[in-house]
Amino acid sequence: MTDISQTNASPAELRGAPALLAMLWRDKFAFVSAVVLLIIIICALIGPVFLGDLAASQNLRGRNSPPFDLSRGWAFVLGGDSLGRPVLARLIVAAQSTMMVAAGAVFSAMTVGALFGLVAGYMGKNVSQLVMRLADVIMSFPSLLLAVVVLYLLGPSVPNMILVLAITRIPIYLRTTRAEVLEVRERMFVQAAVVMGASHWRIIFRHILPIIAPTLVTIATLDFAFVMLAESSLSFLGIGIQPPNITWGLMVSQGRPYLNTAWWLAFWPGLMIVITALSLNLLSNWMRVALDPAQRWRLESRKTGHD
Amino acid sequence: MTEALLTVRNLSVDFHTARGTVHAVRNASWSVNRGETLAILGESGSGKSVSASAVMNLLDIPPAEVVSGEILFEGKDLLKVSYEEHRALNGKRIAMIFQDPLGHLNPVYTVGWQIVEMMTAHGRPANKARARALELVTRVGIPDPEKALKKYPHEFSGGQRQRLMIAMALMLKPDILIADEPTTALDVTIQAEVLALLKELQAETGMGLVLITHDLGVVAEIADRVVVMSQGEIVEEGSVREVYHHPRHPYTRKLIGAAPGKGEIKQPATDAPALLEVRELAKSYGKFTALKDASFTLSRGQSLAVVGESGSGKSTLARTILRLEKADSGKALWKGKDLITMSPRELLSVRREIQMVFQDPTQSLNPRMSVYQLISEGWDIHRLMPDRKARRRRVDELLEQVGLLPEHAERYPHQFSGGQRQRIAIARALALEPELIICDEAVSALDVSVQAQVMALLDGLRKKFGISYLFIAHDLGVVRDFADMVLVMKSGEIVEGGPTEKVFNAPEHPYTRRLLAANLDPDPDVQAQRRQMAATAPS
Repeated sequence: MTDISQTNASPAELRGAPALLAMLWRDKFAFVSAVVLLIIIICALIGPVFLGDLAASQNLRGRNSPPFDLSRGWAFVLGGDSLGRPVLARLIVAAQSTMMVAAGAVFSAMTVGALFGLVAGYMGKNVSQLVMRLADVIMSFPSLLLAVVVLYLLGPSVPNMILVLAITRIPIYLRTTRAEVLEVRERMFVQAAVVMGASHWRIIFRHILPIIAPTLVTIATLDFAFVMLAESSLSFLGIGIQPPNITWGLMVSQGRPYLNTAWWLAFWPGLMIVITALSLNLLSNWMRVALDPAQRWRLESRKTGHD
Repeated sequence: MTEALLTVRNLSVDFHTARGTVHAVRNASWSVNRGETLAILGESGSGKSVSASAVMNLLDIPPAEVVSGEILFEGKDLLKVSYEEHRALNGKRIAMIFQDPLGHLNPVYTVGWQIVEMMTAHGRPANKARARALELVTRVGIPDPEKALKKYPHEFSGGQRQRLMIAMALMLKPDILIADEPTTALDVTIQAEVLALLKELQAETGMGLVLITHDLGVVAEIADRVVVMSQGEIVEEGSVREVYHHPRHPYTRKLIGAAPGKGEIKQPATDAPALLEVRELAKSYGKFTALKDASFTLSRGQSLAVVGESGSGKSTLARTILRLEKADSGKALWKGKDLITMSPRELLSVRREIQMVFQDPTQSLNPRMSVYQLISEGWDIHRLMPDRKARRRRVDELLEQVGLLPEHAERYPHQFSGGQRQRIAIARALALEPELIICDEAVSALDVSVQAQVMALLDGLRKKFGISYLFIAHDLGVVRDFADMVLVMKSGEIVEGGPTEKVFNAPEHPYTRRLLAANLDPDPDVQAQRRQMAATAPS
């Protein structure tokens, strides 16, 4: 019983939300990321209401006006696009559709993929085979072709975009989840739960899912940027988001022809995609540590110091 | 100190970890000469392996740091020689074997290739190396050595792999052989064989042997001198007999006192009603028969031990009774009802009455659940104790019962030591007030002194609550102290069963006799006597 002393790492133990915030504050990168994401979410929620008209109003005299020029007002601080619309306002307005498509697609792909993965990993061989072959079918079908066909049939709209992008990303979550479940379910604590009489439901959601959740979240954050770019290529083909609705991905592809004359058209939305993806990554990294009891001490303030 | 072949003098090693500096070894001094066997005895975390790793230049620097001291081999300080010089000594003059031979043999090369490489790496011609390899593999007792050299590591059993490792280590006739827990992963009968082999080889070659172990029995069997380590310091040093019979340091006394197998043998109660009756239970995986017609009766309040070596089917027996595996045929009557054919609904209520404690508490406790959640999970499953305050109180009570503190409830398993974790697992089992606890090697992963504490706890619970135990173990000493009935298993069959006293004092089956003979006694005199008896009476 010699190691009780070293477990007294945090004398003032906080619980619940304050403890989580304190841990977030300890990791400065994650804290900044959280603030950035919060700003983006606020922009996405209220941006279109306030700036919707401004973002759509054309001003041909301000065509491709360069950034950092305040003579046309604050809206043109990041420059104007090829129709003279302020880039800043458009960025803020575009946040809504972008986040909706990306978050919607990633979240549904993760939920459905994880669910099927859990079933495939936990149930017997036959169910597993069936689910995995279905996943193979999706993976072997070129995702862009699938998207073109589906969107042509259903018509381009935000929900349909989410549907198509989600379907093409499901196998990634499914395969990862299944592989992890196969390993975790053989672990001793799962056996211990079976011996205690735990139901399948309880074993899957209380014992297996918490162990594999960090992996899933990490994949999801990486996937976020991928989905944003995939959406832009669909929009570029004309079967994605339809103007006047805009997304960052669409702005990037629209700005591409002007890259050597007006770099800011593609640069700012591209930067936003990078910032969002980076913030999500840093935050998920923090979350992985914060949710793991064995790692959490790295984020807890140690007032006792070294002995 | 006279000129010894290998001398470690005032060695201190620190490990710099994220949680601060750990003094792994403090001022350790030991030496070993040709033809001598030195045992370094200590529990996990005592730093017993670190000084040997320093000799072999195996420490990772950083995080490790050699703070002070010197390691003299033939008068040369190994801490000061260059990497190349050290490499020339390693394997050639000083060789090492490890606990887990499978982990230290490369799975993609044949063992012959690996043994030969040992010599070619030190610049010997390949054909000579091959001849020597063949000679040594024959010497360590591998059947059909020609063919064996062409096989891969996974094609050998654990004992054979350790023999191969020994052959590899001896290729260049080293002056010193360091053996780090060489027999810990092996069964007792094989352990006895490997130790005997090491002894013979030492007598033949006259090398010095440094044996790192936690097992008093191994020390008694093979060592001439022993140093006892505790928390990085050498607390006692002397000849094996002297240290065992006249230990001076309190830690040594505690360690020797904790060695199992010395207490009085319990007598089984005769009038208790049967709790669990197993009738001709069988289980096979494909062609492999894991369990063959196992039958026994466990009475209320009894502790029944199942002993046997790895692969003897003792775990399969427990797992089939608990329905973790599907039995092929047979019955397991729990209070008259058959567990094997029971409906899921009935089974759920039985799950409350039978609990299990697993071998490795690190793996049997969900790392993401706090102690409170772990202990109270059973109540969630069986919809008991809905009142949160009552639960809290009961968890505190249970923690105190197993020798932990109520404030431990909010912590997570990784914050406890191995022994404490096993206590948590026992508290979890007790939470449902079971009538039978199945212990699958519940103490074999623990240090001797901790093992004694946990065994005392289990025994106390039996007296207090009348709990019955099905106790699966390979350590005969522990079984002798704890159980009142013993079953001996071999290749899926129960070869002998009966009251502990009868099985230990008058074993009938030859396998039981062999098992008892191979079990090492911590008393060096007893071991010496046994060796003499074995030598005079050829089998």
